[in-house]
Amino acid sequence: MSNAHPVPFRAILRHVLLIAGAALMLAPFIWMISTASKPQTEIFSSELHLIPHRFALAENLREAFAKANLLRFLLNGVIVTVSIFVLQVMVALPAAYALAKLRFLGRETLFALVLFGILIPPQATAIPVFLLLHKIGLLDSYAALVLPFTISVFGIFLMRQFFKTVPDDLVDAARMDGISEFGIVWRVMLPAAIPAVTAFGIFSVVAHWNDYFWPLIVLNSEHLRTPPLAVAHFRNNEAGTSYGPLMAAAMVIIAPLVIAFLFAQRRFIEGITLTGIK
Amino acid sequence: MAQIELSAISKSFDGADVLKGIDFRIGDGEFISLVGPSGCGKSTLLRIIAGLEPQDSGEVHIDGRPVDGIRPSARNLAMVFQSYALYPHLSTFDNIAVPLRMRRLSAIERLPLLGALLPSRRAKERHIRADIEGIAEQLDITPLLRRKPGQLSGGQRQRVAVGRAMVREPRAFLFDEPLSNLDAKLRVHMRAELAELHRRLKATFVYVTHDQAEAMTMSSRIAVMMGGELIQAGTPAEIYNEPGDIRVAEFIGSPKINILPGRIRKDGGVDVLGTTLKLTCNAAAGDCRIGIRPERIELGTGPFSGTVVHLENLGAEAFVHLAVEGTGSRLIARLADVRHLPAMASLVAFGFAPDAVRLFDPAGKRIELRAEQAERIREPAHV
Ligand SMILES: Nc1ncnc2c1ncn2[C@@H]1O[C@H](COP(=O)(O)OP(=O)(O)OP(=O)(O)O)[C@@H](O)[C@H]1O
Ligand SMILES: [Mg+2]
Repeated sequence: MSNAHPVPFRAILRHVLLIAGAALMLAPFIWMISTASKPQTEIFSSELHLIPHRFALAENLREAFAKANLLRFLLNGVIVTVSIFVLQVMVALPAAYALAKLRFLGRETLFALVLFGILIPPQATAIPVFLLLHKIGLLDSYAALVLPFTISVFGIFLMRQFFKTVPDDLVDAARMDGISEFGIVWRVMLPAAIPAVTAFGIFSVVAHWNDYFWPLIVLNSEHLRTPPLAVAHFRNNEAGTSYGPLMAAAMVIIAPLVIAFLFAQRRFIEGITLTGIK
Repeated sequence: MAQIELSAISKSFDGADVLKGIDFRIGDGEFISLVGPSGCGKSTLLRIIAGLEPQDSGEVHIDGRPVDGIRPSARNLAMVFQSYALYPHLSTFDNIAVPLRMRRLSAIERLPLLGALLPSRRAKERHIRADIEGIAEQLDITPLLRRKPGQLSGGQRQRVAVGRAMVREPRAFLFDEPLSNLDAKLRVHMRAELAELHRRLKATFVYVTHDQAEAMTMSSRIAVMMGGELIQAGTPAEIYNEPGDIRVAEFIGSPKINILPGRIRKDGGVDVLGTTLKLTCNAAAGDCRIGIRPERIELGTGPFSGTVVHLENLGAEAFVHLAVEGTGSRLIARLADVRHLPAMASLVAFGFAPDAVRLFDPAGKRIELRAEQAERIREPAHV
């Protein structure tokens, strides 16, 4: 391909394809926003139109907030995802440091076990973990939502790969300066690994904010519900056939992620390209 | 400030012996260079002194006290790494402050937010600041204190790394090829600066390099390592002029020392290139090797002759590569006067004074010349 005279047809084709792909991906979201903005009568009219004749977003939102304690559910989501992420980092970083930089007997075996752990789907261990939580009486609590995810083998793996790229000299310099091994993890490795931690944070927060399966299993109480669970219940019980408020609630629930993405877009992309994970 | 004594240090990695019983004593205030080819175990030895790597056997004493099992920071040595190993997220100031903060502040005072509020920390920080500013002044890095390592040039980073080592006033400095990432010109400059620093601090320096020019120009003593053994230690002049082993002779000196095959006769006389040298030795008859430094070969006169096969004119000096007549041997002669270069492919006569000859046995060990012989050949250079 020549840079001076790009083939216009190819360029156009490329863009058409990309736009078509983007439209396909965005269609459900656009439809959600559209539905959330329509009054009940328009939603059920046989005529298909994207832009509502009468904007009813505010009404739908009001109704959604009135019918369910949406703020509480959002707060639950924040508490759970942030706790999970913080605990995951507290476990994964020292573990990854040991696997990447310390020499001890059985290190390779341990790392192989970590890799093996990545292969196990969470559904496979759901029942044993559920029973365990039942035995120690933690079902239906924040702990039930957080504890099973505190050890992220994926996080350990990701951080270990990144720590491998940190020069050994830096670790040795820290030792000469009198920093303890744990101190090295937090004062030297963590600052060097911010991009990787960010990338991992994205995966962790998105996965657990959107998780439906686990909260559905361990929760009973309404006040502990996480956002996806709340939306589901919203449909089942309160909203009945009123799709407007339902879609408005869905919008509210995905908003934090979208806003976070817009704010930290560059970091997100940096982090993801850096770790080579798509 | 510190005397370092190594006795019978051995180390192996995965069954491969990297250090094979190193005995060495480093005097107080010495500038010791550890030189040797890549992979000979210099860095490993330095890391054992620093405490970053445990030795398999043997002991390290610092100031007469064994330090085995003592943490690196508690040995109170400072190390400057080849990659400088500056903390990338900290400014120059904070980089230099790390060892001081680790030593002077308590764990609570070091806490990120809470610690800064403590009045005791503020007083200590004032002292730390004063110390760092003093160091920065000495190293000429005051304008760089607020920059991050990424915004510094190689030479500046190197200075910051030296600053971080100096600020804690260690008992000894350990350097692992600190100049090898710099360009040639800066390296020469930093060489002078480090030598000057050593004179000023009068501290013990242990300096690992595989650049013999650095070792020759800066050290008070050079220790040559090969294959995990320390084969010779001495002043730069000793190492250069009186190598005890052919590997030392070949490693030190650029261009390399000329090695010619020779024979020791029954009466102790030495034949080389079909000519008998005017010297004798006490070794048993048999093969030997003869080393002559390029600057000791005199072109124009002498019993040997060779064809000029290559000329290197460096401006101030020139190197003439000769193929010796009648043998496969090649040798290099240094010519101080570049105005009288021989022509390419011309036949040149050459010779060398008997006292320029260093004899080595087939195993590479030095063979001493006979005492009275050595005495006599020292007076008249030519016979
Ligand atoms: N952590 C390690 N694990 C296994 N082998 C090692 C380790 N560190 C060093 N070695 C080996 O020990 C030998 C000596 O290494 P060392 O780093 O001391 O060499 P060096 O003399 O400093 O070489 P250079 O001039 O290239 O820096 C090498 O063969 C190296 O491969
Ligand atoms: Mg080395």
